[in-house]
Amino acid sequence: MSGEASRKSKVKNDIIFIAVLLALIVAVGAVYVSTRQEGDTVTVTVGGELYGEYPLSQDRTVEIKNGEALNLLIIEGGKASVEHASCPDGVCAAHRPISRDGESIICLPNEVVVTVRKKNADAPDIIV
Amino acid sequence: MNKRQKKTRKIAFLGLFTAVAMLLSYVEAISPVLVTAIPGIKMGLPNVAVIFVLYRFGAPEAALVSAVRVIVVSLLFGNPAAFIYSIAGAMLSLAVMVLLKKMDFLSCVGVSVAGGVFHNLGQILVAMVLLGAAEVGYYMVALAISGTVSGILIGLCGALMIKKLPLYRL
Repeated sequence: MSGEASRKSKVKNDIIFIAVLLALIVAVGAVYVSTRQEGDTVTVTVGGELYGEYPLSQDRTVEIKNGEALNLLIIEGGKASVEHASCPDGVCAAHRPISRDGESIICLPNEVVVTVRKKNADAPDIIV
Repeated sequence: MNKRQKKTRKIAFLGLFTAVAMLLSYVEAISPVLVTAIPGIKMGLPNVAVIFVLYRFGAPEAALVSAVRVIVVSLLFGNPAAFIYSIAGAMLSLAVMVLLKKMDFLSCVGVSVAGGVFHNLGQILVAMVLLGAAEVGYYMVALAISGTVSGILIGLCGALMIKKLPLYRL
């Protein structure tokens, strides 16, 4: 079986592996944070299907219904947040307001995804 | 011990560790310390039992314990949606752990870290498919960090168990 030496080298490999993994995660996170821009449109999908699109510049309250499930989307001062949710965990309601392109608030139990988009972006819509 | 006794012993041990894994799921679900502000972030306590079985008995046995744990726990406390997330995470995580253990360059702590991260990845992939939204992927950054940290803790627990419990073997 593995002796003391190979055990030690494995611990060393562990540390390298964990360090590389963390560096990779931080790099991905940093790229994501540094590249996103302020968005202008809020897109709501329920169960993968488009429910509605709303401009971020206009204050409003939207009821998102999915059968019995209900989420309240609040757009205020250029930021979108979810105020009330019928789900038990209330994660989406606890989420901070979002305003940047690609940011989203997700309610897993109600299958609701609220995403901020930049519609009139100068970047291409699709890269083939 | 004859062949039949060995088989009986193995069945008993696997049953025992499946029960341990289920109990750890339950402890994780009810313990206020372990229920974090962000759902989806979990310690992954049941993985202690899965790692132990993986190292002591092997990959098929670990897969069995893990799968039975997920199915029974989902039946008892969960719902169908939670089951899909759990099973996808558990199986992807186990596949990666089996592979890394075979490659034999990491200790069980490194293997456990990979298991933790891929458990989250499996769940994120399911969320992407079910919600039809690639945006969920961004959540992966937070989950990967938590998976790494809890993977280290779980791996250390697993290593301790493997060292201190010499009796539970074939």
